[in-house]
Amino acid sequence: MNTFNDILCRYNWEQIKERIYSTTAEQVRSSLNKTTKTLDDFLILLSPAAKSQLETMALMARTITRKRFGKTIQMYAPLYLSNECQNICTYCGFSMDNKIRRKTLRDEELIQEALVLKEMGVSHILLVSGEANRAVGIDYFLNAVQLLRPYFVHISIEVQPLNREDYQALHQVGVHSVLVYQETYHREVYRHYHPKGKKSNFEFRLDTPDRVGSAGIHKIGLGVLLGLEDWRVDSFFNALHIDYLQRTYWQTKYSVSFPRLRPAEGIIEPNFIMEDADLLQLICAYRIWNENLEISISTRENEKFRNHIISLGATSMSAASKTNPGGYAVDKTSLEQFETCDERSMEEVKSQIRKAGYEPVMKDWDSCF
Amino acid sequence: MNKLTIAGKSFDSRLFLGTGKFGSIKEMTEAVLSSQTELVTMALKRVDFEAVSDDLINSLQHAGVNLLPNTSGARNAEEAVLAAQLAREALETNWVKLEIHPDPRYLLPDPVETLKATEILAGQGFVVMPYIHADPVLCKRLEDAGTSVVMPLAAPIGSNKGLRTADFLEIIIEQSKVPVIVDAGIGAPSHAARAMELGADAVLVNTAIAVSPDPVVMAAAFREAVLAGRMAFEAGLGSTYSSAIPSSPLTRFLLD
Repeated sequence: MNTFNDILCRYNWEQIKERIYSTTAEQVRSSLNKTTKTLDDFLILLSPAAKSQLETMALMARTITRKRFGKTIQMYAPLYLSNECQNICTYCGFSMDNKIRRKTLRDEELIQEALVLKEMGVSHILLVSGEANRAVGIDYFLNAVQLLRPYFVHISIEVQPLNREDYQALHQVGVHSVLVYQETYHREVYRHYHPKGKKSNFEFRLDTPDRVGSAGIHKIGLGVLLGLEDWRVDSFFNALHIDYLQRTYWQTKYSVSFPRLRPAEGIIEPNFIMEDADLLQLICAYRIWNENLEISISTRENEKFRNHIISLGATSMSAASKTNPGGYAVDKTSLEQFETCDERSMEEVKSQIRKAGYEPVMKDWDSCF
Repeated sequence: MNKLTIAGKSFDSRLFLGTGKFGSIKEMTEAVLSSQTELVTMALKRVDFEAVSDDLINSLQHAGVNLLPNTSGARNAEEAVLAAQLAREALETNWVKLEIHPDPRYLLPDPVETLKATEILAGQGFVVMPYIHADPVLCKRLEDAGTSVVMPLAAPIGSNKGLRTADFLEIIIEQSKVPVIVDAGIGAPSHAARAMELGADAVLVNTAIAVSPDPVVMAAAFREAVLAGRMAFEAGLGSTYSSAIPSSPLTRFLLD
């Protein structure tokens, strides 16, 4: 059976790039009119030519999302467990070669953070860490999830790639979703940005969603770090990955996130700037191509963008996020992974969602499942 | 018009509503009232069991409707049974809408797990209302397993495509010993009317009302459509023919 790596090897980055950039306005119109959209249509909707149809795409994205998800936005908050890391990723505040104070939350600290989040009404959390298998490995995660389970009905994790057996164990203790971003699907560029540590292994990371899917986890979250490479080409490969996974793990749900490179301690400027209009086009393209994909917008994005994206394709949003371990209660000065842009409180964001005629949903899962 | 009876309970309204996808609890409650429904479904996964009182449930109780928890989120019989038991304890109702859809793309129901769960739950005294594909054989199997109704789909959830399964709904209605409630895919009042004209005992509508630009008016439209369809069915609809028929072409010779 073909792995995703086999499939990816059949594609050529430059050829895909060429196809995207040579897309015509006529092709865009034709794609938008089709009833069933394929990956080819997604490619077309990513093109510069599609930008002139952005208003149409936005209306379609709104209509499709409403039909499939209703007028609701699922709310969640991240809980950073640790900023220990054994990788060098030249764009990240947690990079091993950054001389920062490292912090990993102890049991009692996890509970304190959880209580603050509960106070905010949070029911869905995303546990995040750097990638440090020795200090913060599967045993730590299993313990953390079991400690936090009584507080939150829906626990997602975004940590280093683990083994299939690890994901099975996490599934048993109640982890609902696993997020893992390939960062970039361009092999050479990937190596350039991830020169050291386990993360430097492109194929191991690429296979991670397969390990997650075959372990029975309910949902897999994917994404690329927008700004490392050409976002159009990287997003095409991201969609190709989702398409493969959907066919292979048909009982699994999928979500996509849009981490855009933002300022962080000690990093370089992104090579490719992605404007707000580009991000909107990307979100609409995803929604038009894939009606069932969950689309998550974090506090990395600014208030104005987030306010408008509520009704243009988003299905979940975080709020009042702290991206440093202990940021909610125990250690507010530890280093953030990235600066958040939308610093509104949970109540303020919920109020904005209601203003848009949507309902902010705090609980959309139960521990009986 | 005749009342609908399910597990000993009578209903004047043959329109049931789903409560998902609305833009606010207020909007949902207003639509529920406008529809004059007497039964609404609600996803267990949305209920806040920890809160002293859950907003969703409070609003619906004030509206005076019967609450039917659904097991949306369950991927197999085991999870659905657990969810049903949780609902019975927390919401003090033994009515449960079984929704087992392991396929998150089209939310199509798993027939094997649904049959299994029905057998278990009916055995535990639940009033089981299973959401299924429009499979006439499955409907009879569910009857044997003790289901209180069958809820065959018209089209995939949220698709608003209408009675794509009409041929099979007719067979199910013809053969059924339990009420048939057409659920999922009803996108317009005309679809609901047609389902009632075919002889369905009730319809369940969610997306078409919830995401309409005016849910309150749309709910009223569905109310009228269900009434009209049922009235027509009870009055006895004329058969349709593909060509006009004069009064007695074949047998007139007998009068000559």
